[in-house]
Parts: sequence; C-alpha cells; structure tokens
Amino acid sequence: MKARIIVTLKNGVLDPQGKAIEHALGQLGFGGIGDVRQGKYFEVTLSEQDPAKARAQLEDACKKLFANTVIENYAIELDV
Amino acid sequence: MKSAVIVYPGINRERDLARALELVTGTAPYMVWHDDAEIPDVDLIAVPGGFSYGDYLRCGAIAGQARITADLKKKAAKGVRVFGVCNGFQILTEIGLLPGALLRNAHLKFVCKEVKLEVVNSRTAFTNAYAQGQIIRCPVAHHDGNYFADEGTIRKLEDEHRVVFRYAQGTNPNGSINDIAGIINEKGNVLGMMPHPENLVEPLHGGLDGRGIFESLLETVA
Amino acid sequence: MIPNEIEITPELVAEHGLKPDEYQRILDLIGRTPTLTELGIFSAMWNEHCSYKSSKKWLRTLPTKGPRVLQGPGENAGVVDIGDGEAVVFKMESHNHPSYIEPYQGAATGVGGILRDVFTMGARPIAAMNALRFGAPTHERTRHIVSGVVAGIGGYGNSFGVPTVGGEVNFDPSYNGNCLVNAFAAGLADTDKIFLSEAKGVGMPIVYLGSKTGRDGIHGATMASAEFDDDSEEKRPTVQIGDPFGEKLLLEACLELMATGAVIAIQDMGAAGLTCSAVEMGAKGNLGVELDLDKVPCREEGMTAYEMMLSESQERMLMVLHPEKQAEAEAVFRKWDLDFAVVGKTTDDLRFRIFRHGELMGDLPIKELGDEAPEYDRPWVETKPPAPLDPESVPAPNDLGAVLLKLLGSPDMCSRRWVWEQYDHLVQGNTVVRPGSDAAVVRVKDSNKGLAFSLDVTPRYCTADPVQGGKQAVAECWRNITASGAEPLAVTDNLNFGNPEKPEIMGQFVGCIKGIGEACEALAFPVVSGNVSLYNETNGQAIMPTPAIGGVGLIPDLGKTATTAFKGEGEAIYVIGETLGHLGQSVYLRDIEGRREGPAPHVDLGAEKRHGDFVRSLIRSARVTAVHDVSDGGLLIALAEMAMAGGIGAELEAETDLPLHAWGFGEDQARYVITIAQAGAGDLEKDAEKAGIPLTRLGRTGGRELTLNGQITISLDKLAQAHEGWFPAYMAAPDTNA
Repeated sequence: MKARIIVTLKNGVLDPQGKAIEHALGQLGFGGIGDVRQGKYFEVTLSEQDPAKARAQLEDACKKLFANTVIENYAIELDV
Repeated sequence: MKSAVIVYPGINRERDLARALELVTGTAPYMVWHDDAEIPDVDLIAVPGGFSYGDYLRCGAIAGQARITADLKKKAAKGVRVFGVCNGFQILTEIGLLPGALLRNAHLKFVCKEVKLEVVNSRTAFTNAYAQGQIIRCPVAHHDGNYFADEGTIRKLEDEHRVVFRYAQGTNPNGSINDIAGIINEKGNVLGMMPHPENLVEPLHGGLDGRGIFESLLETVA
Repeated sequence: MIPNEIEITPELVAEHGLKPDEYQRILDLIGRTPTLTELGIFSAMWNEHCSYKSSKKWLRTLPTKGPRVLQGPGENAGVVDIGDGEAVVFKMESHNHPSYIEPYQGAATGVGGILRDVFTMGARPIAAMNALRFGAPTHERTRHIVSGVVAGIGGYGNSFGVPTVGGEVNFDPSYNGNCLVNAFAAGLADTDKIFLSEAKGVGMPIVYLGSKTGRDGIHGATMASAEFDDDSEEKRPTVQIGDPFGEKLLLEACLELMATGAVIAIQDMGAAGLTCSAVEMGAKGNLGVELDLDKVPCREEGMTAYEMMLSESQERMLMVLHPEKQAEAEAVFRKWDLDFAVVGKTTDDLRFRIFRHGELMGDLPIKELGDEAPEYDRPWVETKPPAPLDPESVPAPNDLGAVLLKLLGSPDMCSRRWVWEQYDHLVQGNTVVRPGSDAAVVRVKDSNKGLAFSLDVTPRYCTADPVQGGKQAVAECWRNITASGAEPLAVTDNLNFGNPEKPEIMGQFVGCIKGIGEACEALAFPVVSGNVSLYNETNGQAIMPTPAIGGVGLIPDLGKTATTAFKGEGEAIYVIGETLGHLGQSVYLRDIEGRREGPAPHVDLGAEKRHGDFVRSLIRSARVTAVHDVSDGGLLIALAEMAMAGGIGAELEAETDLPLHAWGFGEDQARYVITIAQAGAGDLEKDAEKAGIPLTRLGRTGGRELTLNGQITISLDKLAQAHEGWFPAYMAAPDTNA
C-alpha cells in the first residue's frame, strides 16, 4: 500500500525559507503569490494491507520521526 | 571527573569535545557508540556537534532514534549531567530532554564566527565558574541554531532562569527568540547550547573563554 | 567475439568526444570494432581529463622531487614528510563545468572528490581551501553562481567535518560563462601507512565500497573536456549529487579498515568511476582485472554495463583486499552501514574484462588503455608581451585616500568574510590562524607543529605574460607561507586554461608551466600533485589563464609564527624588498584607470628567496610582531589590511621620488611589510644591510587612523566599512536569474 506524508510548520513558527521564497517570487514578478510556507513531502510503501492499521502505523511514525510535533504538523494520505 | 561522549554516524566535533574534556578534567572520556545499549557510569554525558545522519530529515531527528537514547534518558532522569552542544543540543530537544526546537538560521546560511555570550545564569552546575552577567567570547558553527519554543515555554524558561546563555552585544547569529543560545532543564542537570565552547579552551584557539563550562563541572563533581 | 549490441557510427564516436584518428587508434589497438561499452571505456580513459593528452609533454618538465617528497604526481594525492613519522597528503582539483551548470552540487561534489583523494591515501583530512573565480559581478548569472558554489562548498565540507580555512575569490568577465571551482584538501597520515592504488597479487578480490551506483554523472569526465555552448543548460541531469554524510561514513570506515591491514590497494571512483579506478589499479600493478557487474550495488534498476562503467555516482571506492581478511573488512563496512561487494578479481593476463548477465561485454588490453592513450604535442605560439607602460600616462589621482577606499571596497579586494563565515573553519579544534590572514595555519594534532596553507595565482599577470605569471603564482604562494613563519614544503597545481587546440591558448599553457617550473626549482618548492582543466571556453571565449598554486608549509614550533594584524601601538613599520612603483597590470590601473595594460611585474626568484628567508628568520627569532606579504593592490592595501586586522592605525611617511599612487599601489614583487618594537629597529636595519636586504622604514603603528604624508587621513572604521561592505551588499541585491 502506498501513502504520502506531508509535514508542514505549525502556524506561528517562523519559516525563514518560506519567507525567502516569497521574497524571490515577488522579485520575479509573482507578486500575487503569497503566504508561502515550506514543508516536506514523503512517499512510502507499506506492507500492511489493512487501511486502518496502516494509518495507525503511519500516525505513530509521524509522531516519532517524520515530524517534530513541537514545530510541525503532519497529514497522511493513504492510497486505498 | 568521568565523562562519556556519544558518537553518532555523521557527528564531527566528538574529538574536539573529547580533547576539551581531557584538557580540563585530566581524564579522557569514554567514546560511546550510538548503537550500544548502555553508557558507562559517568559524571557527565556529552552529546557532540556535527551532522548526525547528515541532518537529512531534521537536525538530530534520526540520532534521537538511536539505541543509546533509552539509556541516555534513563541516566538523565537519575540526575546524571548531560551536556549537548550544537547538534547535541538539537538531539536533546528532539528526544524531549530539553524543550523547544532549533530552526534554520533566519538568514538561511550556515554561520561560523565568534559571538559574544552573556552568562545569564551562573548558578548552574555548568556555569558556576563564570560570573553572573559575564560576557564571554565563543565560536558558533551551525545552519540550524534558531531557537524556537511557544510563548508559554519561553516565558517559563525565562521565569525559571533556565536561559543560561544569551547572545550579547548584537551578535545573535541566527534569529533565536530572546537571543537564546543555551538552556537548561528544570532539574538543572541537562544543558544544551548552540555555540562551541570546546573550540575556545587553549591558547592556540586564541582564547580560554570556553573552559569555564568544563571547569564548572569539574568543580561541582569534585 | 563479443556481440555488438549497437552499431558504432562515426556520429556515435564523435559524441564520445573521440576524434576520427583517435578512433582509428582504437581499431588498430584491438583489431576489431569496439562494443558500445568498450567505446565508452575508451572515451573515458582517453579524454583530456583522464589522459592529460595535451598537457603531459609539458607536465613532465615540472620539478617533482625533493628531500621531503614521499610521493609525487601520479597517485590520488602527493605526500610530503613533515618529520616525526608523519606526512601531509594533499591535492587540488577542479570542478569547473559541473559548478557552472549546477553551482551547489557541482561545488559540493568537487569538495567531496578532493577529500576522497586524500583519505584514499590513508590520511585524515585536516584542512580544505578553494580557489574560486566568477564572472563579472554585473553578469546576470554571477550572483546565483557565487551563492550556490559557496553554499555547496560549505554544505559538503561543514557536514563532513573538515575545516575550510582559506582560498581565493576573484571576479572577471572572462569567467562569465565558465566559473572556476578549484578545491584543495590536505590530510595527515603516518609515513609508514600510506596507501597506493597499485594492485598486487593474482586472484585477489576486488571489492566495491561505499554508496550505490546510479545513473548520475554519466559522461561527466567527457563533459569536463568539452567546451560549453548555449545548450549547456540541458546538461543538468548528468551532474552528480553529493552525500557528505555518506562520505563521512566512508572516511571513518576506510581509515578503520586500513588499520586492520586488510587493504592491498585502494582507488577512489572519481571521474569515469569504475572504469578509471579499475584500469588504474590493474595497470599500475601489471595485472589484469575482471569485473562482474551483476555484483555492483545499484541504486536504479536495469542499468547497462555501459552505464555502470561510466557512472560518476559519488562516495564510492574500489579496493584490493587480502582474501583472508575479507570477513573482517566486511564487518567494518557493515558497522558503518555501507555497501560492500566483491565485484571482481585480479588476473595475470593483463586484460580488462567486463561481464554483465554472464555475458562478456568488454575485453580490452589494460595497459594500453592508459599507456597508449594519444599524446599530443600541440602547436603553440608564444604570447606577445604587452608594450611597456609609460608612467607619465598614469596621472596622479586627485584624492589618494578616496582611491584607497575605492580599492578596498572593490569586488576583488574587499573582505571575503561573507564567504568564509559560511565555512566551518574551526571544526577539529586545530585552527590556529583563521581565514583572512596570508596563510591559514592548522596545528598538527597532539603536537606543537603546524601546517600553513595558501592558494594563489594572479590571472591578469598570466594573461599579459604567462612565464612571469606562472612564476608569480608560485612566488606569491611561497611568500604567503613564509609570512606565517613556515618553511614552504611543496605545491599542488590546478591548471585552468581554454581550448588547447588553439595555438595561442597552448602558448599560455606552455609559458605558465615554464614559469611555474622555474620558480618551483629556484624556491625548492616541488610539485607533488595536480590537475589540468582545459577547454574552459564558452562560445569560443576563453578564460584568462589561471594556474592556481596550492602550497603547504611546515611550522616546527607554533610558538614562533606571525600574522598580518598590527599588534601594538608605537611599533616601527618597514617594507622589505624594493618599491619601484610597477603599475603595469596592477589592480590600480585596472580598477581606477580602467586599463589592462603594460607588462606583468618581473619576478626575481633570487630576491624572493633572499627576502623570504630573511623574513622567516625574523619570525623564528620572534623579532617581528606582524608580517604581511605585499601583492594585489600594493603597499597601501597591505598596510590597510594590517591596520584593520589589528584594530590599530598607522602614521606613514613615504620618502620616495615616485608619484605617491605608484609608490602606494604599484605591485612590485618580493615584498613584505613587517612591524617591530622600536627597541629592535636599529638592529634590524643593521642586519638587513649586512644581508643585503632592501629595507625601508614606512612609519609607526598607533591611533585609530591611517595617515600618509598629509595626503591620506582615514579612520579605521571608515576603512573597515569600505572593506566589509561590498560582498554582503552585492549578495543581498535582488537575484535577476535565480
């Protein structure tokens, strides 16, 4: 089973990279694109076939490794 | 004073830290492999700087999952002193021994330079050789040293005098909240800091300002 | 007979960078049409980068021997004895083309490659430097390339854990389409534990170590030997990606493995990866090599023999191991989580055989692959020396102080702090003299000895007069090392030029080599390793000839060194060497008058030696308090740098018949500025006279200003503002071409 994990910075956490990208966008004339927040994207394959169990496994993995929940949120997309 | 330095793959300042410890305490530390189950009985566990696992997921995140972490947490809970420098500080926040997190430097670049640190709290086991409010020189070398914690945590840290080092005289190199350079846990036995005192401990380094930390520890153990 | 999977057409041959006569040479050598895999192998072995076919004839003329030289050119790096059973292992190598296409990864993998060269020899890297040359600051791509290259060097070196302690950064329009990234690394090893690439013994296992093989960089070595055109942007996919973490593991694993005594021979996989490394190990040991590519750890599926033989995936090594120690060796690599696979063996028939899926894909004579590579005596013409510069044609400026400030804040002369603060120059805890002085100094661990490092070349001199320019590059490097108090030991060279098929470019090359050779000979500063990078051209526009010289010196006692910073108030300032006001090809003439004219300054190697030896003896007897070599920008720039570094001003008096701008900004060679306590000044003057050393008093240190003959009065703050301002301001400006 394939899944995708998206990790983003929590609101209120400074995102200097996102800000730099937004700044560069402005310079390139993309003034209409704002509020850039940078995150991370992971693709994984699970041997678990049961979607509920797979999700639980990923939740656990996100809390322990993929995301630092002090500063980051995560979202899991499961291919069912 | 007996000490141990934990070695993770990708760490690169373990020798610097070991040398500083040996120089000041007179005893070479144990070098403990990340995949070992146990840290020997020591007075101080040092977690060095570098790029453990390339810092590929997040600084210190993968190192935090090492086998040795369980024993590190156990010993910290028992009151053994733990000192994390740079990547070591990042690892200590990742495994929850210290609050907050270290973000990418505000200017986005790696920075290696000398900064000024104010010893904000000299009543800790790590800083008693310094005077309260003393300004010391200290090098930094990091890409992710921008200390962040939520408002409540910051307030708590400040109220409890747990901010131990602050970047002084406008030398904050990374955008850290409240110029925070180093913090200590509630019990006072776990200190994490971004700057590298181990790189300013002998005349050839151009100064001795970093020795105070190791001397403090020596003092309080002996 | 090996089946030909693909027809070898003249177009295919040309795409592999082989000329028709070179292809004919292949046909004559093997007596049949090569397979595609074999064609790829030949193209990798016979291109300029691996075979040095245009340069070999001239490289042979360089002095490479000396009492301390343990290993000269021909191995992964040179090795020089530093006493007490220890040796310094060092080399410099270019990664120019990849860095132009993908600045971050190109520069990062350049650093990775040179570090690997050093630890392949059994040495732990202790210092890195970089000679960087970028296009004009106003060129649309320059800012993007500077930012990427600097971040890439830092990204790799910082993570790997080697201090990056020095280097050069210059700007010139001739590098607009072709930046130069020359990476230097030095390591420390025990003299009895140096590892070489020569295989020994028949039937010995050949082991693949490190990261997995992917399709990256296929034909990178061919790219490094081709001119650029406007389609070069399309070449992005062939740039390798660096993994400093993987390399750090490889370093620790290799050094641990070498300590077990299991290693017979070792070679890193650099340009043209598996091909060059396997052929070199076999050919050097007079042995054949058989490889079973099915055993090679791969990162991607379905890789062909052709792709595997030409892949330039990074962080890989090939070793020949003692069979009885194989298990022990494998355990070391498993501990560090690295791939370990026996991929072949040595044979006694001098053939290079490749198998894939049980089929023979290539069968070539191993010695001839290297030895029979074409070698050219390319036609060359001597560079015509520029007309003499009439001093009368260079008018005195209205405001000498304004000129000083302008030069100090110019792209080529301003502080490089923006660059080196992105490099970890302190890791390992042995950095004694940090970036920004003449030479960087690093302590030899657990001792009171130090090693001094410097990278130098002045391309505008090389353009005007290749012979003098070649000499000057060596002399300046030797001076910088001397100014730290070190005894200069040996050099590595990185020779960057345009297309050698053009006689005028070849003439620059020949001239520079001649100058380098003469200077290395006269200064007892042999060449122990190096790299040649040709075809540095874009749309027919060649770079300035840029033979970068990387020198290493030994400081026996770290208590007796010197740095450039003024140390105290009221000390006497002197210049050693003659000040004749040479403005030809000077920074002053270029940046103030906008003229690139006149001859390069003459380099008197005898004077260099005498003056340098005198300065070194002053440092070692602790008589001088500060020393600075005089180079780009002349005396006033050197003096301003010393004042800024020390935070102490100076009162200067020029007693000269020269116009003050020629006196202050002329670039005569063989000069050093020194400071000494007033009490020692008399003796110094006597000693210099006795030794026949030209010595001129310039004034005294002190105060918060730099003053000269009532014509210049500038505060230190203003100097520093000008000096520190340009780089960060330039880099912070909007990027027009990110």
